[in-house]
Amino acid sequence: MISTTRPRWLTITGLRHFLEHQFIRYRATWRSTVISSLLFPIFFLVTIGFGLGSQIDDTSSLGTTDYASFVGPGVLATVAMLQAGGLSLWPTLGAIKWEGTYQAALATPLTAAELATGHILWIGIRVLVGASLYLSVLVMFGIATSPLAALAPLAAALTGLAFAAPLSAFTATREKDSSFGPINRVGLTPMFLFSGAFFPVSQLPDTVEWFSRAMPVWHGVALSRGLITGTIGWFGAVGHTAYLLLWILVGWLFAVRTFTARLSS
Amino acid sequence: MRPNSLRHLGLAATIGAMVRPVEATKLTKKFGDFVAVNGIDFTVEPGETFSLLGPNGAGKSSTMKMVSTVSPITSGSLTVLGADPQLDGRNIRQRMGVVPQEDNLDLELTVRENLVIYARYFGISWAAARALSNDLLQFAQLTERADAQVESLSGGMKRRLTIARALVNEPELLLLDEPTTGLDPQARHLLWERLYTLKERGVTLLLTTHYMDEAEQLADRLVIMDQGSIAAEGRPSELIASHVSKEVLELRFPAHPDGTRNRPEGLDRHGFRVELLPDRVLVYADDGEAALQTFRNNGVAPSASMVRRATLEDVFLALT
Ligand SMILES: Nc1ncnc2c1ncn2[C@@H]1O[C@H](COP(=O)(O)OP(=O)(O)OP(=O)(O)O)[C@@H](O)[C@H]1O
Ligand SMILES: [Mg+2]
Repeated sequence: MISTTRPRWLTITGLRHFLEHQFIRYRATWRSTVISSLLFPIFFLVTIGFGLGSQIDDTSSLGTTDYASFVGPGVLATVAMLQAGGLSLWPTLGAIKWEGTYQAALATPLTAAELATGHILWIGIRVLVGASLYLSVLVMFGIATSPLAALAPLAAALTGLAFAAPLSAFTATREKDSSFGPINRVGLTPMFLFSGAFFPVSQLPDTVEWFSRAMPVWHGVALSRGLITGTIGWFGAVGHTAYLLLWILVGWLFAVRTFTARLSS
Repeated sequence: MRPNSLRHLGLAATIGAMVRPVEATKLTKKFGDFVAVNGIDFTVEPGETFSLLGPNGAGKSSTMKMVSTVSPITSGSLTVLGADPQLDGRNIRQRMGVVPQEDNLDLELTVRENLVIYARYFGISWAAARALSNDLLQFAQLTERADAQVESLSGGMKRRLTIARALVNEPELLLLDEPTTGLDPQARHLLWERLYTLKERGVTLLLTTHYMDEAEQLADRLVIMDQGSIAAEGRPSELIASHVSKEVLELRFPAHPDGTRNRPEGLDRHGFRVELLPDRVLVYADDGEAALQTFRNNGVAPSASMVRRATLEDVFLALT
């Protein structure tokens, strides 16, 4: 007889097996993806931070000595959002629908809840790796000056997860990718522009400003910038982190449901 | 290939020998309003090879997915290895192997990595998984391709790898959904031999197939499914005896230029059960030669005829 104790639906062991699998897959392609995920934020830093920044003399209202020091940390969080958002759309649908590897994993002791959780965590890990590399660039340019900057990749990972969890949950309900383009164009791109990475959202009309502040990416930008420049206070650090965690928690609960429903038809 | 390379398989099978591997009662699966599996009853005994036969869309894969714990049942009851697939799915899967109808190998990994990574999901250590992969590569006759990308394998090789992968956890119950589709005759016969070896080790096999010879070769018992229901159940020899005659007379008629067959009307009026197939007519008779004579005496002039023993295929055609 099978043991009568009910198996748990979420275990560290299951997550570890899933992530091991992803690591092995990643070994073949990591070079190209790491290089592109490093170059992407550097383009913003160079063109906007240094290029556009060279035209800006007075940065006193930004709270940083120069414009690049304002934009560089903001880009860390916004690029985390874009990377996590991208990975939560097409590659997620591919894994669920076309590749069959998720179906194969569910013929093992792995549960759908572990698969959903592992899927989101894996996106978080990839964001963490990209953010750590980009942080080293910020250190080289003398933008990351505070020891607290060492925590900034974690802030980026939380920002990524706050998008990966709900977006992956959504993708698991999709049959086709037709909504993904609009999500990019009218969802992620505006959030990127209004995230507070390039100018303070207090410059915006009130309603737009509050809308921006409600988005997790604004909190990710504020947290990353505060850590990298060493200007963050306890209240801000805890508040932004808690808000990001809330999005992650709710998104994750949805993802567990939608992945389970999708993969057990 | 050494038969003892499979020695690790089936050891656990003897332990749970008293529990029925699969028990289904009024098992039903609906997709919306569509009934894919319509209240079927069947039981698979320990160590037995049980086969689901049926035409496309009969509900075989839907049944297999419920047994594999992945697809929730709509109604009825189902126990697998003595447990409830909805509540104990993880424990059941730990002791079960699944070969799905569509290969779902990881195309980004090598042949060996597919086996090792899969074994890891069952809690097998890296070292043990690597050792195991050698045995399984031999089993699948893929040792030379161990480090090739799966993407580069032929369809039949992928199928063999999928089957080998299902054995990483020494399953007590092995589900095979059309295991030999896409295999060449040599590979099919080799697989039959391997499955027979597993059976000898006490592994219970539940398989679906379109191939009647496969069911006759492997199955101790089988059910013929049609449109979600069970049309017949029994041992292959029993089914042949109870549903069709001893012999079958096959008649062929010349084709019209437009592709239809120039068949006389009323072939079923001569006292025999007949089955009209697109290319030929089957006549069920205990004495095929005598039946042919009867037809000839009644003016039926086939362009070709043949008498043969009845097979499971005839049962299948008669029932579905
Ligand atoms: N996820 C699904 N959603 C809706 N209908 C489905 C789904 N899966 C199967 N069906 C339907 O259920 C019926 C039975 O399908 P199933 O795959 O079980 O047949 P099968 O006997 O395995 O056929 P085949 O020999 O072609 O593999 C089919 O009509 C199929 O279209
Ligand atoms: Mg099928």
